[in-house]
Amino acid sequence: MTDLTTLGIAAIRDGVRDGQFKAREVAEAFNAKVAAADQLNAFLVKTPDHALAAADAADAARAAGETLKPLAGVPIGMKDLFATKGVATTAASKILEGFVPPYESTVSQNLWNAGAGMLGKLNLDQFAMGSSNETSAFGNVVSPWRTKVFHGRKSDAIYVKMAAENPESDTVYNDDGTVSLFDRKALAPGGSSGGSSTAVSAGLAPGATGTDTGGSIRQPAAFTGISGIKPTYGRCSRWGTIAFASSLDQAGPMARDVRDCAIMLEAMAGFDAKDATSLKLDVPNWEAALSADLKGKKVGVPKEYRVDGMPVEIEALWQQGIAWLRDAGAEIVEVSLPHTKYALPAYYIIAPAEASSNLARYDGVRYGLRDLPEGAGLQDMYAATRAAGFGNEVKRRILIGTYVLSAGFYDAYYTQAQKVRTLIARDFERAFGQCDVLLTPTAPSAAFALGEKQADPLAMYLNDVFTVPASLAGLPAMSVPGGLDKDGLPLGLQIIGKPLDEQGVLNASLAIEQRAGFTARPQAWW
Amino acid sequence: MSVDTATVKKIASLARIAITEEDATRLAPELGNILGWIEQLGEVDTQGVEPMTAVIPNQLRLREDVVNDGGIRDLLMQNAPQAEHGFFTVPKVIE
Repeated sequence: MTDLTTLGIAAIRDGVRDGQFKAREVAEAFNAKVAAADQLNAFLVKTPDHALAAADAADAARAAGETLKPLAGVPIGMKDLFATKGVATTAASKILEGFVPPYESTVSQNLWNAGAGMLGKLNLDQFAMGSSNETSAFGNVVSPWRTKVFHGRKSDAIYVKMAAENPESDTVYNDDGTVSLFDRKALAPGGSSGGSSTAVSAGLAPGATGTDTGGSIRQPAAFTGISGIKPTYGRCSRWGTIAFASSLDQAGPMARDVRDCAIMLEAMAGFDAKDATSLKLDVPNWEAALSADLKGKKVGVPKEYRVDGMPVEIEALWQQGIAWLRDAGAEIVEVSLPHTKYALPAYYIIAPAEASSNLARYDGVRYGLRDLPEGAGLQDMYAATRAAGFGNEVKRRILIGTYVLSAGFYDAYYTQAQKVRTLIARDFERAFGQCDVLLTPTAPSAAFALGEKQADPLAMYLNDVFTVPASLAGLPAMSVPGGLDKDGLPLGLQIIGKPLDEQGVLNASLAIEQRAGFTARPQAWW
Repeated sequence: MSVDTATVKKIASLARIAITEEDATRLAPELGNILGWIEQLGEVDTQGVEPMTAVIPNQLRLREDVVNDGGIRDLLMQNAPQAEHGFFTVPKVIE
């Protein structure tokens, strides 16, 4: 019998519907995988009973001859930024330790209404602030991927040499008689949705929710060889999602392939009166309209995304992506997005400004942590609570946000950043006069080692250089795996689309996926 | 852009985050670096450009002015660090 945890969302849905296996077997198989993967630290809370209950409901519905729901029998992981009724929700911060929401976020409720079950709550960068999952108050998430230092025959002289030179490495015996030597050094799963990317790429869940403020779905997807889409701002309700930067935050799915992302996004998206920025539009049937035929489509390649110091392998993959899309029938056009270099600094004004306002609610009064020093007054209690509860990166961003919004600086920083944001959106609008979608790399590097960039916040921020512009303009954008670098680590390509054109993004991504033939999975060492 | 420790302390106080002298010393160059890098935005000519207010044109909706929620006091209180007699409690603020 096949290992059910090798199946994606579509295969599970179809298999349950067709009676090839029971939903309960699927849930049990994934629950077991989750239980055995504590070394990865992807899950903050495990909810095996939730997954089993949803599975039993799916099996009962099938036995009764009912039409199954779109995600019947599919267990997923839930990023711990979504409030889940009765299940601890912390945003990976001490300040929310022990918080048990009495309500359910709209996105998670939509998924349960579609028949999905929850395997658990996934670790993340604290309040979704980070690009490596190192800012979580509950420990780093470790990527299931490891750097490959050698691949070949064990009898090769070079194997002996490499093994001697890399004492901190493990030899893995492959089915074809070759061996691989993997460095044990822990790699970043990307962030902020690092628990989600690790869970999906390690086969602990067929899909997971993510949220993307400046790249938090796409960059971790690229780092771990999976797919992830951030829809147009307003497609997914933000209600019940712990806020970071409200004008940028969007939920989206992370899964093994483009079709699975389309299926999951259909369930997550939809109008919600409880979110003032929710778009009152029907959710298209993205899965049914998937097509990798790009005849008559134009793909724009923005010249400003060629940045200094970008590894040659990423440039090469980008060129390969161009060739794949041309092969799919698309015409390639060079376009210009002249304000690209200002996107990241604008983002690091706008996002911290909104965060400093959003996170003002954590005051130790209504929920979460309270630190009340002996004899302290109200103001001291606020300050002590926030000092004890927030991690360093969260504090750093609140302070930057407070600074740029403070009297005398507001116009120079915040207003100027919002004007630059208008210019960035205008750049995209003009580019989309010449093309249907844009193709870029997702991130400027493959996964880096945990700890490598921690000392330098700016170096960490630069990781989002290719993902932030689309966020500032509210555009749909997707990362899809394109290949492996020389160290055997995944690299992603990004497709950016016009507002509301998730279909165009999914279709171009599908064309890449079919041509890339990316099947690499990390070897289990955990 | 250089940020001194007095500025760091002032921002931290505005943000209601208690910091130590050591924190201020560590944060000053960190914030200075980030703010210095951000200042490149000043190069962009934004004469006559409106600041962004919404990424996707979206009409703000009005809803009926009716009570549609409430009566859930105990639910709201259940995560409070300290609640008494149906109230959130805080340290005394008036002497």
